[in-house]
Amino acid sequence: MSLRETLTASKRLASRRLWGVRASVGLADIARGAALSGADVAGRSVLLRVGDPLYAALALVDLDGVARRIVLCPPDLGDEALPGVIETAGVEVVASDGPPPLAASHLAFAPIASPVHALEGPPPAPIATEWVMFTSGTSGPPKMVAHTLAGLTGAIKPAAADAPPPTWATFYDIRRYGGLQILLRALLGEGSMLLTSPAEPMAGFLGRIARHGATHVTGTPSHWRRVLMSPEAAAIAPDYVRLSGEIADQAVLDALKVRFPGVPVGHAYASTEAGVGFEVNDGLEGFPAGYIGRPGEVEIKVEDGSLRLRSPRTAGGYLGQGVLMDADGFVDSGDMVELRGARYHFIGRRNGVINVGGLKAHPEEIEAVINRHPDVRACRVGGRRNPITGAIVVAEVVLRDGADEAQVRTEIAESCRAELAPFKSPAMIKFVPALAMTAGGKLERAVA
Amino acid sequence: MTLSADTLHPATLVPDTCAADGKTPLKAAILEKFAYVAASQEKTLAPLTDDLVLLESGLDSLCFAIIVATLEDDLGFDPFTEAEDVYFPVTLGDFVRFYERGR
Repeated sequence: MSLRETLTASKRLASRRLWGVRASVGLADIARGAALSGADVAGRSVLLRVGDPLYAALALVDLDGVARRIVLCPPDLGDEALPGVIETAGVEVVASDGPPPLAASHLAFAPIASPVHALEGPPPAPIATEWVMFTSGTSGPPKMVAHTLAGLTGAIKPAAADAPPPTWATFYDIRRYGGLQILLRALLGEGSMLLTSPAEPMAGFLGRIARHGATHVTGTPSHWRRVLMSPEAAAIAPDYVRLSGEIADQAVLDALKVRFPGVPVGHAYASTEAGVGFEVNDGLEGFPAGYIGRPGEVEIKVEDGSLRLRSPRTAGGYLGQGVLMDADGFVDSGDMVELRGARYHFIGRRNGVINVGGLKAHPEEIEAVINRHPDVRACRVGGRRNPITGAIVVAEVVLRDGADEAQVRTEIAESCRAELAPFKSPAMIKFVPALAMTAGGKLERAVA
Repeated sequence: MTLSADTLHPATLVPDTCAADGKTPLKAAILEKFAYVAASQEKTLAPLTDDLVLLESGLDSLCFAIIVATLEDDLGFDPFTEAEDVYFPVTLGDFVRFYERGR
């Protein structure tokens, strides 16, 4: 069933809404109407590039079952990436709530507007739309991952008929995997939802969560640490608290249990590539060793220290280059785990990829910027565990003899700030006499 | 000049946590760190009073992450990781007390 068909079949549609930062739309209007106009999107590959996430939600309902492919741009995708994305994804139409992007001026354009207008005639029979999402923080050109609606919604259980309708809220952007999961849960699970946008302050969103009485609230551990540091947290009263997207440590799980007494606090394992893996609801960090090899829709194994998943919820593959699955159909998550007693604990990412509050930084990209400084002989970038953002980026730098440390430190900081997102700029720079190399002559990287 | 209470403008009665007196060396180190990280991350820092809500200080999560990490290097401990009670500070005063208790 397409998203629109699912909504139309809902018995509670009249009372359900999507709230954006500035406006809200009833789901009955969304089910009956269309926000997209202009170019014909039927059977075509459509790039969805919006400023306001509420418009993204409206357009997703319009496009699912109609377009051949939806390419959902995350908020931080730069304009310079668009030509490559358009080519790789065979984009034919661009849909936006703003003007057409310059890089797409040769393509057909479909403006997204509110209020939604009535659909003309009966909708055509739905087709299977491919949903393309971006992996977060990759170095080089962004990686695009292809999903189906069935795969994206595979972990969503039907709402119990007698359950009160949930109101979801997520600190995630719905254009990322974690946020999209929540939007789909709200749409398929007889719920309503509050969306946030990158510009909305935490206090403002918490105020809306309190006013609208959101019952199911989700975010990364770093989002939740910010909630715990907010006076406005006292005003929200969720029935369910969920964490995903980063390692949930015991401190944040315990602090949430104290802050929201009696409220179930669960953490989930999911990634853009591997889909929704599993949920952990026993209040402890990591996951029980018994999850490995247990029967069910999602099979989990650990090989060479990393978590691997096989399930109908994993992505079908990358668009363009790259192999997503091994020969047996398992997706290597790149998340490294360690068995301690009867429990696996997450210890970081392979290849030193650093997860800063849910955003992934690749050391090589940062090292390239530092290495451009004429006084730098070598450097190594890694992660350091942090109780606020999970990890921060730190750099070890080997200087040429006689270089002025204070001056180089300032200049490296300046060039990183100019060329990298703030979370990728090293928070600390340490000067060292030498860096360890592997036998193969590569920099030795610890698990970050 | 001597001041009597009734000549004081109410604003001057607000305790100034940046005043040299009443400031422990630990608190001074923390306030200095806030100012340093704000400058290096190009953020505008609100006046550092005890009741300043941390999330309204002008600093973002990344700034707090850097403050906690550099304080750990300077002081040798990180109360967020080591504290037995489960607690996240809301105001600057909470933050300073969190470190004073964690010593």
